[in-house]
This record gives sequence, C-alpha cells and structure tokens, in this order.
Amino acid sequence: MVEVTEHSHRFMKYLRPERLPHLFCPGCGNGVVMNTIFNGLEMSGKSFDNLNMVSGIGCSSRIPGYVKCDSLHTTHGRALAFATGLKISNPHRDVIVVTGDGDASAIGGNHLIHAARRNIDLTVICINNDIYGMTGGQISPTSPKGSFATTAPYGATDKPFNIAQIARASGASYVAKYTTAQPLQLSMAIKDGLNNKGFSLIEAVSQCPTYYGRKNKIRTPVEMIKWFEENTIPIEQAESMSEEELEGKIVTGVYVNNPRTEFVEALDKIIKQQSDINPDDNIKKAYMSD
Amino acid sequence: MIYLNEELCKGCFLCVNVCPKNVYTPSDVINHKGVKVPIFDVDKCIKCRLCTLMCPDQAIDIEDDD
Repeated sequence: MVEVTEHSHRFMKYLRPERLPHLFCPGCGNGVVMNTIFNGLEMSGKSFDNLNMVSGIGCSSRIPGYVKCDSLHTTHGRALAFATGLKISNPHRDVIVVTGDGDASAIGGNHLIHAARRNIDLTVICINNDIYGMTGGQISPTSPKGSFATTAPYGATDKPFNIAQIARASGASYVAKYTTAQPLQLSMAIKDGLNNKGFSLIEAVSQCPTYYGRKNKIRTPVEMIKWFEENTIPIEQAESMSEEELEGKIVTGVYVNNPRTEFVEALDKIIKQQSDINPDDNIKKAYMSD
Repeated sequence: MIYLNEELCKGCFLCVNVCPKNVYTPSDVINHKGVKVPIFDVDKCIKCRLCTLMCPDQAIDIEDDD
C-alpha cells in the first residue's frame, strides 16, 4: 500500500490508492491510456460520479479495477455484451468499455461489429498492443505481418486486422486511432468519443515491451515509443498511398465522425409509439424512488 | 514544482524520452524496490505536463508555482 504523500497526483482522485502501484509491467502503455482516459473525461465535462466502466479479460481489462467508479470485470470478449445491457438498463449512465485487441477483435469480434452496427451509446477504448500479453505472448489478430511471438517463432504470416476500419465498416458513429506516443491526441479523441451520442471506438495502439518488444527486438519502452513515432502516418496522408506502402504502418487520425440515430433512443421511440409506457418514468421508478 | 513519487516509479524512463526540454535524466538513485528512478531539473521545466500524461505509473505530477 502506498502512503498518501503531502502532494496528491492530479488523477489520484479517480484511483484507488490502496491498490497502487498497479501490476502493469514497467513502461506498459495501459498506464498511459489510463491517464488519457482521465484527461479526456476532465476535458469532456462529464461527471465522474455518473461513469461506469466495463472490461473483459486481458492486461488492459485490469484498468477498471484501479478506478474509483462502478465497474464490471466480465468474461473474455463479452465486455460489449455486458455494457449493452448496462446501458439499456439505465441510458443516463456514461459507459466506458476498456478492452484489449484479443478481447475486442478475436473472441469478442462479433460483439464489436454488432454493437457498432446498432450504434449504442458506448465509448469503447480498445488498447491494441499487437499481442496477447497476459497469457505469454501469443499472436493476436492485430499482430503485424512478420512479427514474432511465442506461437509464431518464424514470424506471423497473416494479414492483421485494423480494428478502427472494422468499426467504421460496421457503422460506428465515431472512430479514432492513435498511438500512446500521442497522448494529447488520444485524450482529445476520448473527449470526442464521450461527447458523441452513439458508438464511439478509440483504438489506442500501445506498447508491450515485455512480450511484443522482447520477441521483436524492441526491448525497452522508449524504443517502442520511437518505433511508433517512425511508423505513424496521418490518415489524410495515407489516402494517397498504396497498400504496399502502408504495410506495417500505423494509420492514425479520426476515421469517422458521423453521428446518427442512437440505439436506445430508437428503442424508446418505438416503446412510446406502441404502448403507454414512458421509459424515463420506468427508470425513475427503478432507480430514484424510495 | 515537480513531484516525483519514487514509491510508484518503475523506472521505465518514458519521461526522459517525452520531455521536450530534457528535464529528466536517468540516474543511479535506487528506490526501495531496487528501481533506478530519474532525477529532474525544475528550472528547465515549461509545464507542458506531457510527462504527467506519459508516466504510466502516475508517479509524476506538476503544479503551478504560485
């Protein structure tokens, strides 16, 4: 347990100090993304008391455990399914889903595309570290072609997923992608995602020096950040580049910002049309009556 | 004013890399966990607060002097 020193960190009011230091490896990007979530939340003007966090399984999914808000740590890949239920049960909540690349695109891939298709008002922060860090460094669907891992000792042969493009194709109303080398842009994207009424996906490409770095000879966190900086291409510039030129590059920027009808709103409209029930009254009865 | 919580620092030196004014430098100062923590020069700081966002362990904080 960490003693509360004479000075409290600007984000310490959102954290559970008795659980710190957190279990992430030295230089892990999850801590950076955690900072940007708090920074984005402060910029968005949303109330922290109204915030709920949902996560699945993975290193990144440990984040809600350190945050002083109501949270759900759910089964592998099902974070979005639980979050959908949470949001529909009380649409006044702000729900942030913190999920990893394996969680969101491998086992929970189906939940991701359908949550995006429905455009339910969730803010999904997908921390993509290109590998399964928690279980020992296996290849994930987003591992770049040619990268090494425990299960790919001769290099990965498959074309990787671009989670941001999947969300765009599935109909999400806000999609952005940044690396942890761009903490300010990431904070702004999280702010816009929180303020967007609809499905928002922010893909944070993050470093895993322990597994991805060690297997691919980028051993230190600083080297990994430099590797991100060298391989990052803004989306505006990428539009005029060929597929061969973009191989292995990280295309960052705002992919989609196109608000459309939200799922719960559409559902409430049908309920009001077809019955005498007022969904808002029901929520007040369930949560606010004594 | 720069506050560095040595109890939380894990010695990744991301702050050394991110600071545009090279406020932080690696050192041989060792905390109770055996981690080498960085040292800093307050006079060089321009309070851009990039290090407070970049520190994965919430160990660095910067406050205005007044």
